[in-house]
Order: sequence, then structure tokens, then C-alpha cells
Amino acid sequence: MILRKKDRVVVLGITGKQGTFWTEKMIAYGTRVVAGVNPKRAGETHVGVPVFATAADAAREMGSDVAVMFIPPPMAKEAAVSAAEAGVKLLVVLTEHIPAQDVMAMHTAAARHGTRIVGPNTAGLVTPGECFIGIMPAFVPSVFKPGRVGVISRSGSLGTLVCLNLTRAGLGQSAFIGIGGDPMLGTTTTDALRALDEEAGTHAIVIVGEIGGAMEEDAAEYARKVKKPMVAFIAGAASPPGKKMGHAGAIVTGSAGSYAGKRKALEAAGIVVVDTPAQIAPAVAAGLGAPVNQAAQS
Amino acid sequence: MNFEEYAAKALILAPAGIATPRGILCTSAAKAAKAAADIGPCVVKAQVPAGKRGKAGGIKLAATRPEAEQAASQILGMTIGDYIVERLLIEEQAKIAREFYAAVLHNTAAHQPLILFSTEGGMDIEEIAAEKPDAIRRLLVDFDTGPSPAEIAGMLAGLDLGAAQDQIADILARLYAAYRARDAELVEINPLALLADGRVVALDCKFVLDDAAVFRQSQIAAHGSPGAMTALEKRGAEAGLKLIQLDGNVGVLANGAGLTMTTMDVISHYGGRPANFLEIGGEAYTKSEIALDLVLSNPGLKSLVINFCGAFARTDVMTDGVVEAWQKLKPKVPVFFSIHGTGEEEAVKLVRDQLGIEPYDFMEDAIQEAVKAAS
Repeated sequence: MILRKKDRVVVLGITGKQGTFWTEKMIAYGTRVVAGVNPKRAGETHVGVPVFATAADAAREMGSDVAVMFIPPPMAKEAAVSAAEAGVKLLVVLTEHIPAQDVMAMHTAAARHGTRIVGPNTAGLVTPGECFIGIMPAFVPSVFKPGRVGVISRSGSLGTLVCLNLTRAGLGQSAFIGIGGDPMLGTTTTDALRALDEEAGTHAIVIVGEIGGAMEEDAAEYARKVKKPMVAFIAGAASPPGKKMGHAGAIVTGSAGSYAGKRKALEAAGIVVVDTPAQIAPAVAAGLGAPVNQAAQS
Repeated sequence: MNFEEYAAKALILAPAGIATPRGILCTSAAKAAKAAADIGPCVVKAQVPAGKRGKAGGIKLAATRPEAEQAASQILGMTIGDYIVERLLIEEQAKIAREFYAAVLHNTAAHQPLILFSTEGGMDIEEIAAEKPDAIRRLLVDFDTGPSPAEIAGMLAGLDLGAAQDQIADILARLYAAYRARDAELVEINPLALLADGRVVALDCKFVLDDAAVFRQSQIAAHGSPGAMTALEKRGAEAGLKLIQLDGNVGVLANGAGLTMTTMDVISHYGGRPANFLEIGGEAYTKSEIALDLVLSNPGLKSLVINFCGAFARTDVMTDGVVEAWQKLKPKVPVFFSIHGTGEEEAVKLVRDQLGIEPYDFMEDAIQEAVKAAS
């Protein structure tokens, strides 16, 4: 799930307002967008990219390693299932508020066809200085710069803030993996942690978690084996229990998914857990034995 | 979205062909008395979308019409959880031989539906799980095929259900079908009762509709309970914005759930108290005008943090909305900005030129100043 410049990307829903805006941004940044999909616009060229009727047509004509979906919730299931059937290896689902039973159908199809889903409700993947897919401000130089810190985040907005802080501290990123805010994610914190652990260019890992679910606790188990320095921030310490905090997945029910439980599990695995996002960069620098830019305080 | 018992029975169990006791919905003690005269010995049940109604005194047995009238007048107007009881379900009493528990819900870790069954009905599933974990049978369902009769039979094997086993298996299959057809997050029958005459009947029903599926279940959603909301939260919901009013005095307007929660966390970290959760991320990022109105309408507000970190949500679009609304609303509390990410140059310029306010370079500085201003 670490995107490379050579990866051929198909954009599902390329002709919509958001599909158009972000495809142009992706291409300008260096992403190899080889095809777009819109059943009603097949045969046209949109933002310089050939448009096909289906993901299968696009994959057959242009090849594809990765597909990214700019598709509204009612149509997301069908688009994802056909992309899996077309043999897409990595499917990035940006759509938020997909009905849960449609998400199950997507994951079932993905498992059957050997497709890895990132998301739903992810902001995407960024390999700074190389390429990105999704809706992250990869192209804003104050936010992302190439480096050796891998960042895992459920949230796009908070992930953006964390990368901004790292960049300000002189700490560039090897990869940003947005795993998404849905309660049922195709790629978990553990999956992303494993990918960054195995990636040679990543020397330190930042986990940006949220209250709700058990992904951080599960990742803590895997983290016991990881030798690279790890820093975590968990959002939601001040959130009242029993309320869905925007992300459908961010809810504390009973004792499950609480801030205290996550913090305890991560710390027991040797991860440095910080109180505010401003403390992330100094903690990473300390882990790497690197000097930290004094400006890094936000 | 939650549903009251009578609605869950009507929307889930009746169409699925799962039997329930005869019942009449009432809104006054007089009507309850009339219903009791019709039904005979009955149960008077408070209708609120909250659990533990029995423990709260919201469910009473009544053998006669005067008893039913008295129970009804006691229960109507009672507060259970966050809700005031406005409706009662008058149901015929059942002669119960055994009580079971049945439910279908999402197993989010497995990305599959899960059917639960237990012979320890009547207790909360959390209590059963804590006290008798072995008494809960679980069936993880293949989403494409649904549960096979053999799988359901296997799940019930060895529970000594006797002649009721086939009826229960049939009910579980029907409950699963209803869960799928209605986009349920949870359907639960507790208790599912074996009656003295051998019939298996659902005495209660809980139904939670997936909020994300309301667009295709709108007829059902019309019967749901919107949940306990403050007047301000209701205004937010009407505008399509998720607002949660909190007891603090530092307002929060940020984009994205993660950044909004974090803004609240940092306010708390510096000794302040957040006044609200309100995010305008995702598709809602164009609603910053109404969002500003909502956060400023919160009574007791002393200061406001506007914290944008644009990814999908363009900070220039959000800030444009804030500036538009600003002219109309003329905020009376100090407002502290931090703006980064997609569109930040235009956004910072807008705030600087149009509002004469200098956004902070660092989020934490903006928040610390807002906490200071509120204390």
C-alpha cells in the first residue's frame, strides 16, 4: 500500500467535480493516471486521460495496479465490486457514509478476488516527492516533503496537521497511509504498520489513531516486534462516551475503544504516546536521534 | 437511528412473519384503560428508544382495567434515559415457559454479519457475556450466501430446545432476512419466549437502522426516533451538520472528525473546556456559513477556535463561507484562526484582508489564546 511512481492508476468517477479537481492535482504531482471510468463518457478524453465504460475495460486496455473511487455512497458498492472483479490489486475508497451492508459486500468481493481495499472514508495515500492518490494536499510544500518518517492516520485532516508538524520540524515523510474513518476498514492500522516496518526507506513510524474500535490495540500486539521508533497520538481524549464523533467508527461504547485503553496498550508495546500533535515531531526526532527544528511546536 | 419497541415490531417483525403478542399503542391513561379492557390481563410498556425500561419502572403488569389505567398514568411522563415517556404499548400477557435471546448485527472486525443466540434471555447481552459466556452461540454469516439451514441448526445444536428448535431456527432465518432488507445495524429480540402452549413469540424488539442507509430506507426512517437533541443540535441536524453541545465555553469549528476531536483535546490539555463538537469535513465543508452561526449561538460561549487543515475540504472555500457569515453574524467573542493545507494561501489572505485578523501559524498558539480569552 505504499504507492510508487510506476503504479498505473485508474480513476473511477473521473468526470465529476471532485474527480476532475483531484485527478488534475494527482497528475501534476507525478501520479501515473492511465485511465478514467464513467459509463456515459466512454471513448472521451478527460483532463488528458482516456475514459472507459468500466473498470474492466480500463484495466484491459491500459493496465491497472491501483484504482481510486470518486463515487457517491449509493453507487459505491457496485463500483467497488466491479473494480475487484476487474482484477484491481489495490482499491482506494474515499467515499464516506457508505451503508454498512454495502461495505460488507465490498469487502466480501475484495477477499474473493484478492483485492486490497484501503478505506472506506480514507483521504488516500501519499509518497512525498513521488506521487499520491486521493484527497490529500500532497502538493502543498509546507505540509509534505520527502523523508524517512512513515505516517498512518485514520483521519485526513488530522493526518495533514501531523505531516505539517513533521515537515516544519525538518522531518520529511517516506509515506502517508490514510486508512480511513469507517468502522469496517480493508486496511487496518496493523496492515499499515507492517508495510512501513518492511519498507527500507522508513526509519520511524507515527500512528495517528482515534477513539473507537480496537485497531490500535491490535496494532500494539504487532508493534512489539517492530524495531523502528514509533510515536502515537490518539484523538478523542476529551470526547464524551456514547456519541459518534463524526467518523462512524469513532465512538466509545462501554469500556471498548476508550482513550485510556488504547494508550495503555500502545505504551505497553513500547510506543511513545504523546498528549498533543505538537509533541509528535520532537518525540520522533528523539527516537531517530535527530535534531529537531526549533520551529516545530504546533 | 433507533426505534421504539412498537415501531421495531411493526417494521421488522411483522413483515418478517415473526409472531408478537397482541398489542395496542396508546398516548393517554384513558386510552390505555380502554385497550386493557379489550386485551385482558396486560403489560403496560413505556415506549422510548432506550434500554433498561423495566429497571426504570417503565414496564408494569396489569390484571384489570383499573390497574392498567393506574400503571399508565404512572409511566406516562416518566423520564427514562434521556427521554420522557409519551407513548405506551399495551400488550397481552404471555405465559412464559423459557426465555431466549436472539440478534443479528455487524461483526465489524470480520466485515460480516453475526447471528447471536442464547438460552439466557431476559438479561442484557453484556450481562450474559460477562456471567455465562458459554451460553452465547455465534454464527458468522457469509455475506453473499446468507446463513444456510444447516448452519443455523448447527448453531442451535445441543441447547436442549426440544420441539421449539425448528421454530427458533425459522425465526433466526427470518430475522437475518429482515436485517438485510431493512439495512439494520442491529435487530434484537430479547426475550424471545417459548410460551406454555409451545409457540415461540418475540416479547420485545430492538432495531437500529444504519444512518448511512437512510437514503434508501426513508419510509422506515420516518418512524425512527431522532434521539435526544438540544434545540441547537436539532438546528444542526436540520442543516445536515453533526453538532454535539458540550458544557465548556471554547467553541470549535474545524474540518474533519479527527482534527475536530484533536482541537477539543488540545483545548482540554491547556485547561480549557470545549463548548461543542462540530465538523464540516467531507461533503459538508461547503456549509461553513451555517456552521459558524451554530457555534456562535451556543450560550455561554467565551471564545472560538476556527481550525482548518484542508485535505479534501478546501480551506479557501470554508474560509469564504466564514467570511460571508461573519458580516451577518458579527461575532461578539474573540475568534482565533489556524489555517493550513489545501487552499491555505487564499484562505489566510481572506481572513487577513476581510476580517482584519491574523491567523496563527501554529494551531496550539491559536488554541492557547482561545483558552486564555475564555478563562
